[in-house]
Amino acid sequence: MQHHLILRVLAKFIIPFIVLYALYVQFHGDFGPGGGFQAGVIVGAGMILYTLIFGLENAARIAPPGFLRVMAAIGILIYAGTGLAALLLGGNYLDYNQFNPHHPAHGQELGIFLVELGVGVGVSATMTLIFFAFSGRGREEHKR
Amino acid sequence: MILLGHYNYLIVVFLMMAGFYTVISRGNLVKKIIGLNIFQTSVFILYISLGNIKGGAAPIIAEGVKVYSNPLPSVLILTAIVVGVATTALALALVVRIREAYGTVEEDEIHRQDEDF
Amino acid sequence: MVEQGGRVIEAVVDIVILSFLVIVAVAVIRLKDLFGVVMLSGIYSLLSAALFVELDAVDVAFTEAAVGAGIATVLMLATLALTERHEKKPAHRPWLPLIVVAITGGFLIYGTIDLPPFGAADNPIHQHVAPTYLADSVPKTGVPNVVTSVLASYRGYDTLGETTVIFTAGMGVLTLLGAARVLRRRRREDD
Repeated sequence: MQHHLILRVLAKFIIPFIVLYALYVQFHGDFGPGGGFQAGVIVGAGMILYTLIFGLENAARIAPPGFLRVMAAIGILIYAGTGLAALLLGGNYLDYNQFNPHHPAHGQELGIFLVELGVGVGVSATMTLIFFAFSGRGREEHKR
Repeated sequence: MILLGHYNYLIVVFLMMAGFYTVISRGNLVKKIIGLNIFQTSVFILYISLGNIKGGAAPIIAEGVKVYSNPLPSVLILTAIVVGVATTALALALVVRIREAYGTVEEDEIHRQDEDF
Repeated sequence: MVEQGGRVIEAVVDIVILSFLVIVAVAVIRLKDLFGVVMLSGIYSLLSAALFVELDAVDVAFTEAAVGAGIATVLMLATLALTERHEKKPAHRPWLPLIVVAITGGFLIYGTIDLPPFGAADNPIHQHVAPTYLADSVPKTGVPNVVTSVLASYRGYDTLGETTVIFTAGMGVLTLLGAARVLRRRRREDD
């Protein structure tokens, strides 16, 4: 990939900013446009950029598919688990008021934070996995 | 005057029909999926333009803003966009497997191979 | 006076973006080179994201730009790399699809005649639940972005279903295409 030197240098420079922007969008989804889905998709786009420029083997080394599968499942478990925690604390399923009975608004904020976190983790892992599946398929065909 | 207010809706119906035409009249599977995507996106435009209020602001509570646009169509369409990309990804994976099994992605050739078999 | 000028500019931007969308849609139907068609669909998503910003739906614009113009385009290009790049000439004449499309379009336009005028503040859609959410979002949930509070708290159950749909689609793609085989095969070759 020697003739892609400019792309490699630029990618190394820009991908940390992409991840930083995704974290910003995730945590400021309460105060501006954003939230879990958008952040997850932006992280997925950053991983796709890395895979395109540095190759599937390097990308699979920093994000092994087994780890990504676990992360995708953990994302949904965080979401469902938050609802279950509210149930165990005495309210309805996904009733965030139970997290802080004296200040329901703070309980709601905590619940929304956890739920968006679960969504962000799950969506980013799933988008990366889908792209790995597509680009890994082409390699297999060539090997055969 | 009715025409000016409904210009949005007329164009959206045209876009929907363009996507629908691509799905039913072209044989290439990838193009059908792209036509489905165009159909979906124009339905989103219809919903969001139903929720818009002239002179309103984005539904983020801020100081000094009196009129906000309706947040509910935005929420519905957010879910719909993400579900749309999930089904598109699955459909494209199916197309890749079809290509490996039949050697083509044209609909009539696939039907011919099935009938011969 | 300034407000009137603002409204005129909004209407002009609206009409221009919608016209571009129509041109892109017609081009997608006519082109035979699938690479160009995929690029045009990315442009379509980006233009509709701009339209969403103009229609005050900023969260939706964000998601449409990231998902439609980003992920969907990349996945379609990956599919094109694994299948063919050009479309074959269609074998049938397009008269029957055109008739079906014209009849369906006619019915849909007949349905939109009854819709209330675009952008009026007293439309029925703005009367029932929406003012409650707008008024209660900050006192009850402490989150100024009403779309986030409705998505995560008021309609949180639907968002759980949506996340499950994404997870299921990811697992479905893994079942169909398989992700870890590249590494396993390479490791076996190294041994």
